Amino acid sequence: MGLEGRWRDIDYLLTRQGNVVGPGFEPGPEIREFLQNDCRVLVVGAGGLGCELLKDLALSGFGNIDVIDMDTIDVSNLNRQFLFRMHDVGRSKAEIAAQRIMQRIPGVSVTAHHCMIQDKPLDFYQQFHVIVLGLDSLEARRYMNSVACSFLEYDEDGQPDLSTIKPMVDGGTEGFKGHARVLIPGVTPCFECTLWLFPPQTKFPLCTLAETPRSPAHCIEYAKIILWPKERSDDSFDADCEEHMKWVYEKALARAAEFGIQGMTYQLTQGVVKNIIPAIASTNAIVAAQCTLEALKMVTMCSTGLNNYMMYVGTDGVYTLTTPYERDEKCPICSAGVSYEVSPSTTLQQLIDGLVADPDLGKHLSAPSVSYGSTNLYMRGALEGQTRHNLEKPISELVDGEGSVIHVNDRKLVSAMKVRLKFNGTNGHMET
Amino acid sequence: MAVVADKSKRYDRGIRVWGAHGQEALEAARVCLLNAGPTGTETLKNLVLGGIHSFTVVDGAKVTPADLGNNFLLTADGLAASRAQVATECLKELNESVAGSYVEESPRSLMNSNPDFFRHFTLVIATQLSEAGAVTIDKICRQHGVRLLLLRSYGLLGYVRPSVPEQRIVESKPDSKVDDLRLSNPWPELEAYAASIDLAGAEDVLHSHIPYAVLLIKAAQQWRQEHDGQLPGSCAERTAFKDLLKSWQRHIDGIPLEEENFTEAVANAHKVWAPPTVSSELRAILEDSCAAHITQQSPSFWVLVAALKRFIEQEGQGQLPLEGSIPDMHASTQQYLELQRIYRAKADADAAAVEAHARNILEAAGRDPASLPTSEVKHFCKHARYLRLVRCRSLAEETEPASCRADSLRAALSSEETAANAALYVLLRAADRFHATYQRYPGSFDSEVEEDAALLKSQANALLAECGISGAGGSAAGGVSDDLVGEVCRCAAGELHVVAAVVGAIAAQEAIKLLTGQFVPVGGALVYNAMACTTSVFAF
Repeated sequence: MGLEGRWRDIDYLLTRQGNVVGPGFEPGPEIREFLQNDCRVLVVGAGGLGCELLKDLALSGFGNIDVIDMDTIDVSNLNRQFLFRMHDVGRSKAEIAAQRIMQRIPGVSVTAHHCMIQDKPLDFYQQFHVIVLGLDSLEARRYMNSVACSFLEYDEDGQPDLSTIKPMVDGGTEGFKGHARVLIPGVTPCFECTLWLFPPQTKFPLCTLAETPRSPAHCIEYAKIILWPKERSDDSFDADCEEHMKWVYEKALARAAEFGIQGMTYQLTQGVVKNIIPAIASTNAIVAAQCTLEALKMVTMCSTGLNNYMMYVGTDGVYTLTTPYERDEKCPICSAGVSYEVSPSTTLQQLIDGLVADPDLGKHLSAPSVSYGSTNLYMRGALEGQTRHNLEKPISELVDGEGSVIHVNDRKLVSAMKVRLKFNGTNGHMET
Repeated sequence: MAVVADKSKRYDRGIRVWGAHGQEALEAARVCLLNAGPTGTETLKNLVLGGIHSFTVVDGAKVTPADLGNNFLLTADGLAASRAQVATECLKELNESVAGSYVEESPRSLMNSNPDFFRHFTLVIATQLSEAGAVTIDKICRQHGVRLLLLRSYGLLGYVRPSVPEQRIVESKPDSKVDDLRLSNPWPELEAYAASIDLAGAEDVLHSHIPYAVLLIKAAQQWRQEHDGQLPGSCAERTAFKDLLKSWQRHIDGIPLEEENFTEAVANAHKVWAPPTVSSELRAILEDSCAAHITQQSPSFWVLVAALKRFIEQEGQGQLPLEGSIPDMHASTQQYLELQRIYRAKADADAAAVEAHARNILEAAGRDPASLPTSEVKHFCKHARYLRLVRCRSLAEETEPASCRADSLRAALSSEETAANAALYVLLRAADRFHATYQRYPGSFDSEVEEDAALLKSQANALLAECGISGAGGSAAGGVSDDLVGEVCRCAAGELHVVAAVVGAIAAQEAIKLLTGQFVPVGGALVYNAMACTTSVFAF
């Protein structure tokens, strides 16, 4: 095909033994053949990171790539999402991105999925060797995390079963800063283990918005949160609709003028309403390339892997920090089972109430169902009637005893939370 | 008009980082790229997307199959065609407002035959040049006052080296800013405003909406009166100070009312006894000889630094001009806006004083005092606390044994944190010497990888010996480890796409910093270690 020697540079890495490599690295042409023909990688998100990831993976020898994104292309994407052109505005990101990669790089197959990540069954995610995340929301990250962790199984010694590990690589950026991290369920921390890494969003108190606005942002939030439902209750607000955004801006501008607040702009209005995180090409490219390199290392062991979080700050010179974060042994999503102490006489109802009220576990639960092995102990929905009678029974009658692992499911979770029961022995100690 | 609107939409996310004035600077930038390998094209890709004015690609090579395995900005159709031409076409597709051109000639030959060619650019991005080529382009760029970025991707090693004699930064945009509120030393207007608010007489709603800055000014004043003019110093005193604040809260039946402004005052009490200080970076700028000798040629930055220095010594009484903005605080709209007005007025007055100094300084230097716009002075004063200066050594200074900073190199090689990356820095230079000697990079042939490792290591040791760094025989104390020598040979100067993408993207960030004058560029050689996922910056 006239492309002999095309993979020369990557082949140095894959066919030569090295001194600084991952465990079990066996150099040879088979590795690139595996990458080209058999290895399956999924890119979640075809935006700023996603476009870069697709290009980087394809030029690192990955031959079979899937990409999933529900979004369509917007003008403001063009400053960084380099696979898209002005005439693509309005079309599917996943489809256009896949098309452009295949046009440019002969022999690479990219399959596009223009849908929500929640639309796909778990089997879909099961088929990939590695999943690379190019997302901008915590919510989507938590969803993908629960998907990856749902495949994880532990052996009887509490060690993760290596064949059930679905590794992920995650990247994120904001302005000149970014991060890349490696998530190996059961080995490195999952998102839930390190939720504190994601800063909370700022929310203004309602009384400030309504009574004592002091900044343009206060006026914008007032127009959107209070005035819109009041004056346009028939329309649902759509941040992507220019007329809606202009309306909010006009109202916010009027309110700012009424209170003598300066500095109101349309750009600021968009920023506040859409919670825009500034994104630029260069930072996305740094993070995506680092993520791709880690995916390559994970699959081939051609070099040492990132353990397990890299922070990049480009505002003051360049500062990077690589941190081996620790797993939360009590994580309800990726651990072998969170230890939970109950009295043997606690009823199932009391146990469920206790789980929902628990400060750590409760945040994942709203209306949980409980099962033990293949037995449904209490199920919401169709099986509710059949299992309701268990609610009054003491838990010791429902499970095999100390150390039993029950599965707690909830619509907030993709996969069951594993709870390892510990009986505290003193009958009747539990408060009711 | 439609074009303008489209631009503000297209570049919206970037403008949110560097502002409309930053975007304007980018849109004026004429960039020259040397070598259209992936390191170069990735750098340009990121800049073309951001909306630079134009670019010119200089490359004498033809597109080969190996190029198609690592470079996205070339096409299979372009095989055997000019690499400069094909890359230029692919880059132009990314943004129709950016003009692109190319010169089909090797950078080395162009540097030798027509060094003046480079004078027309704002920024030169020189990629994959050997050390000798880098020294040459650095000399040319410095001579013409053109900014330069030197880039290398070499196996799992990346290198980014800005070369600018002096980058003067007004908008350094630090991650954390301090609030300059003058709570313990209010100027007369602020003091009078605080005094005009009658805490005891205020009705409850008003009382719970007095901004915390006012509460702290009042508390500081009372504390001083009761403590011989001193501020709270010890831990116990600080607790007592907070108790004083709490004692002012309203109570109903002995239970304190929830007053958010008081909660904020207690949480911000440290601003009374720990006001912002002048950073060591700013102190060094104020003491720089460029500020002491304003000439016909002095850039306005230095004129303003000289004026700033006079302000601090005179009107400021040791303080910087007030920035003028205040953080949000729980308060009624009217009280907050009034407070904001008072701070802004003081900032304006300070800026006017700095401006007067600046005009005197210009006049004394025989320059037109009206040549400095008031807006520039205000902008400068607003950011004065965070001024930064970056001076890069010339590449010749860095690499010649007589002027290289051998002590810094020795220290970096023996510090656990930087040893590996300093060794990679040495090995990259050693690989260039290897190439100069043997006309190939180490590890080019599968059968010679091990022999080449030994030769590369001796090149590295020779380089260290020239700098007076001995004991470099591979021992732990400051040597270059065999593992890294082996890894450098293993990759045989391969330009891996991912490493090129990281280098090109770091370079694009640095380019944006150099072009906009915002944020702080790297002041030396940045080494990216893709094995360990680390970076180090060395100012050797």
